[in-house]
Amino acid sequence: MQVNEKNFQPKIVAFCCNWCSYAGADLAGTGRLNYPANVKVIRVPCSCRVNPMFILRAFQKGADGVIIAGCHPGDCHYSTGNYYARRRMTLLFSMLDYLGIERERTRVEWISAAEGAKFAATMNEFVAQITELGENKRLEDLRCKK
Amino acid sequence: MQRIGVFVCWCGTNIAGTVDVEKVAQALSHEPGVVCSYNYQYMCSESGQQLIVNSVKEHKLDGVVVCSCSPRMHEATFRKAAAVAGINPYMVEIANIREQCSWIHKDMGDATLKAIILGRAAIAKVNLNAPLYPGESPVVKRALVIGGGIAGIQTALDIADAGYEVDIVEKTPTIGGRMAQIDKTFPTLDCSACILTPKMVDAAQHEKINIMTYSEVENVKGFVGNFTVDIRRKARHVREDLCTGCGLCTEKCPSRKGSDEFNMGLKKRGAIYIPFAQAIPKVPVIDETQCIKLKTGKCGLCEKVCGVKAIDFAQKDSIETRQYGAIVVATGFKPISLENFDEYAYSRCPDVITSLEFERITNAAGPTGGKLLRPSDNAHPHTVVFIQCVGSRDTSGCGKPYCSKICCMYTAKHAMLTREKYPDTDVYVFYIDVRTPGKGFDEFQRRAVEEYGVHYIKGMVGKIHDVDGKLLVDASDLINDEKICVAADMVVLATAIEPSDGARALATKLTASMDTNDFFTEAHAKLRPVESPTAGVFLSGTCQGPRDIPETVAQAGAAAAKVIGLLAKDKLTTDPCVAISDEMLCNGCSCCEKVCPYGAITYSNKEFRIAGKIETRRVASVNPAVCHGCGACTVACPSGAMNLNGFSNKQIMAEVDAICK
Amino acid sequence: MQEIISVMKEKAAKLLAEGQVRCVLGWKRGEFFYESTPAVFESAEELEELVYDDFCGPNLAKYLIRECAKEGKILVFAKPCDTYSINALIREHRVDREKLYVVGVECAGNLDVNKIRAKGLTGLVGFEDNGDTVTVKTLYGDETFEKGELLLERCLCCKGKEHKIADETIVLNEENTKTVGADRFSEVARLEEMTADERFEYWREQLSRCIRCNACRNVCPACSCIKCVFDNDDSGIASKANTDTFEENMFHIIRAFHVTGRCTDCGECSRVCPQNIPLQLLNRKFIKDYNELYGEYVSGEDSESKPPLLTFTQEDAEPSIVKERGNC
Repeated sequence: MQVNEKNFQPKIVAFCCNWCSYAGADLAGTGRLNYPANVKVIRVPCSCRVNPMFILRAFQKGADGVIIAGCHPGDCHYSTGNYYARRRMTLLFSMLDYLGIERERTRVEWISAAEGAKFAATMNEFVAQITELGENKRLEDLRCKK
Repeated sequence: MQRIGVFVCWCGTNIAGTVDVEKVAQALSHEPGVVCSYNYQYMCSESGQQLIVNSVKEHKLDGVVVCSCSPRMHEATFRKAAAVAGINPYMVEIANIREQCSWIHKDMGDATLKAIILGRAAIAKVNLNAPLYPGESPVVKRALVIGGGIAGIQTALDIADAGYEVDIVEKTPTIGGRMAQIDKTFPTLDCSACILTPKMVDAAQHEKINIMTYSEVENVKGFVGNFTVDIRRKARHVREDLCTGCGLCTEKCPSRKGSDEFNMGLKKRGAIYIPFAQAIPKVPVIDETQCIKLKTGKCGLCEKVCGVKAIDFAQKDSIETRQYGAIVVATGFKPISLENFDEYAYSRCPDVITSLEFERITNAAGPTGGKLLRPSDNAHPHTVVFIQCVGSRDTSGCGKPYCSKICCMYTAKHAMLTREKYPDTDVYVFYIDVRTPGKGFDEFQRRAVEEYGVHYIKGMVGKIHDVDGKLLVDASDLINDEKICVAADMVVLATAIEPSDGARALATKLTASMDTNDFFTEAHAKLRPVESPTAGVFLSGTCQGPRDIPETVAQAGAAAAKVIGLLAKDKLTTDPCVAISDEMLCNGCSCCEKVCPYGAITYSNKEFRIAGKIETRRVASVNPAVCHGCGACTVACPSGAMNLNGFSNKQIMAEVDAICK
Repeated sequence: MQEIISVMKEKAAKLLAEGQVRCVLGWKRGEFFYESTPAVFESAEELEELVYDDFCGPNLAKYLIRECAKEGKILVFAKPCDTYSINALIREHRVDREKLYVVGVECAGNLDVNKIRAKGLTGLVGFEDNGDTVTVKTLYGDETFEKGELLLERCLCCKGKEHKIADETIVLNEENTKTVGADRFSEVARLEEMTADERFEYWREQLSRCIRCNACRNVCPACSCIKCVFDNDDSGIASKANTDTFEENMFHIIRAFHVTGRCTDCGECSRVCPQNIPLQLLNRKFIKDYNELYGEYVSGEDSESKPPLLTFTQEDAEPSIVKERGNC
């Protein structure tokens, strides 16, 4: 893809937990709440299923932003999964920041099954933020970009 | 390489309106492993499913990708179709090109491209799918109903009538709940106690129902079909097995400072008390905060007068652990606190009361013996103002954003009853809107206006001033566009309702989800309205959202039907999408075990033959009946020995790769 | 030094002779005096080779995994920092406490041969520890330095001189029970103060030197998987070499992440890196973060407590704190 400043289309991977955020994304759809097509959702059972390897892999393959969405703390379908995810992601994000990777490229949001509007708003905002930030140059496998 | 078939659904125009389905099917036909690719108007229809079945047979497919609506909608449908076609149902993956594509994107080009990418990700995943087989787990044939109001009673009765054992756990000393406090019910105006108490008696006498009052759920473990629940039996200090319910102790108790909860604090009660005459069980309870004996060691009058020696001051809370196959939440509601609504002077003026307090005042068994007397001076009020939507439909943050649903009707009821009993009383109702959908409801409210002469005024009350024993109600009349002031003797606030105290803590114990207002969430708003998303947990009554008695009873019956359906099974098939440990990679480090919320992982020493030598190693294994498949262990595992069926590391990374390509 | 070695030998020989232990895990001289290597001794004769000096850096804990798989008890000599790793491995059931006889030995700090070389010395033949100073002997004469100038980075900010697990300890010099170490997080803090661009440049410069020799992984007592994810073709991230800058980053992020809360900050990774990449600074970043966010946790201080990534509190910080804290 030819990339220039004006029509930069970021690639965003959103890991959504099956019970809350994926349902929230469905609700955004049911409500016809628009957000950019840059966002592609990967369904995982719980935010605690998201391995840091997946996030790094996404960046390696050319993602410009990665967002993990799960149930609100306390509401996890598995009761505790998102608490573990919260610690893991906090430490991982801090490490990426420490390595000089833009800290805006990663995010965790808690989006319930009832928060279709929040899902759409979050994605709109995240896409805008990543578009502003530009292409992910610091963490990507150059071989994979055409 | 699998032989994969791709099936792109139009969903009428729902998908085809914004996604070029032809192009998607065409583009995906070139993906690795894809041997056929179709698009069709309604894949979920009989003929759509038949297309899948036929294609699987014709093309000898191993895997199926359906580009359609959310997997939360039709994954099960397409898995069944795959099974009919003779392949493993877990060889099906769904690309969600409706909720997460066609419905949110307006540009056909963007939406089509995204649909292709989502399809590719599903194909990449299905290439790595392996057949999975569900396990089985037994079902404990007993249900737990949490909450002993009309919802809980009705659910318990229905389950018990079907022949299953039911335990009702109620945190207060008696079953009956809010309905027991209500005087008359709308729209028929029959006496609430007259229709409730027989049900309470039925429940108490039912051989399959075991009632545990003054008890709370302490801890919940297990899963659908196999819950283990710790129930705290709070110390009642009166032995249920001995007490005859004579009530002598309650009369003799010298402590008279306790606030009578049943009468909404409008009366005082003794330290040892029976909440109301028809309470079940009719066994008093000692309020530890009021009892002189328990506080100072002196008194013990109740013990002396009790002929059957039922008083036990030494009694302590105890924990009872019971097994259940299903759990029904029926925890009900309470009126909100009015601390944010100072303008209505509730905390300052005793004659400003809530609707539930009004119910008690008009009830023959209430603090005034059913006479409409205002609390401050026991005088008969001649002008009564009702204010609706106090804390309901409030987006300012002071109250609740939702409609409490029952207030329009009970306010009409209150107004009508007041006018009927006391024709000399002027009655005003201030409202934002009058919402009376329901059988006979609108007719009821119109009768209040037309036949009973209740003054309905559209407009909100700004402030209430207490001047010389009169309550000056400043309000606006929106229809006549004027400010008005009504000098009232009594004001009744139609207070918003919210979930009972402790509902959220209970939800956490049950791992059942809640909405932002702390109402329990249903598994599907329309199609699974009485089930919680947590398997085996069902919802009954106002714990799920505001509703009136007939709706509650209907839902209670529906929840019971779901429970009966579950308990009728001897075995449940368990989801095969659970964690799995690769023993050859496992270090035995116990990291996974520490994060498992279900205790599904156990360790054992096993012998392995490695390079010709026998080696004993400590390795993890997962109990598939206990594992829920969250995947917490897979990330905690440093060696990658833990994986998750259906969401394996490789599958997820294949999706990542396909999306980022 | 000779004195402690003879005490150690005597102790070991006695237990071996009595049959109380099957073998002894200690150090013996490598090809050069500054290359002491881990060794298993099974007889009094073999024990003659036992050494213990300022170059006995290797952490022996990891070797216990292999020895514990066999029958019989093991006597292991452990420096204070090694005892943390032994505890961590007991916590993870990798070594069996019942099979261990831990002899804690005093430590006066380990020397870094690279620092000696950096002084411009060649033809190294020996050294003498004089307490506060160290005399380095070379073919071309002797030279004496302040000891602090030659200590390994990890010893400059020593965690502590107390043995966290020991059946007995050998301490001949009371001076060696006193911990004098700088703040081990100061270098991490210095990096945190930099701008993101500076940090990126810093780490690019460091990590681009990585040759994927896997020494850091192989020496690490926490990185003790039977099969590493990077060697497992089924893991999806297997790779034997860094083919690009991303893989340099990824290997080290994953390596550090996998041992978060399990790493005892023993510093072996930095010590063995042939490219002198300060790998410990990655692990320490995780340690510093979890200490600040979730309360202090010292991995290996005991053998029971739950590492921070295997537990939680309901009030934990949100991941957005990374953004909010600014340079962290």
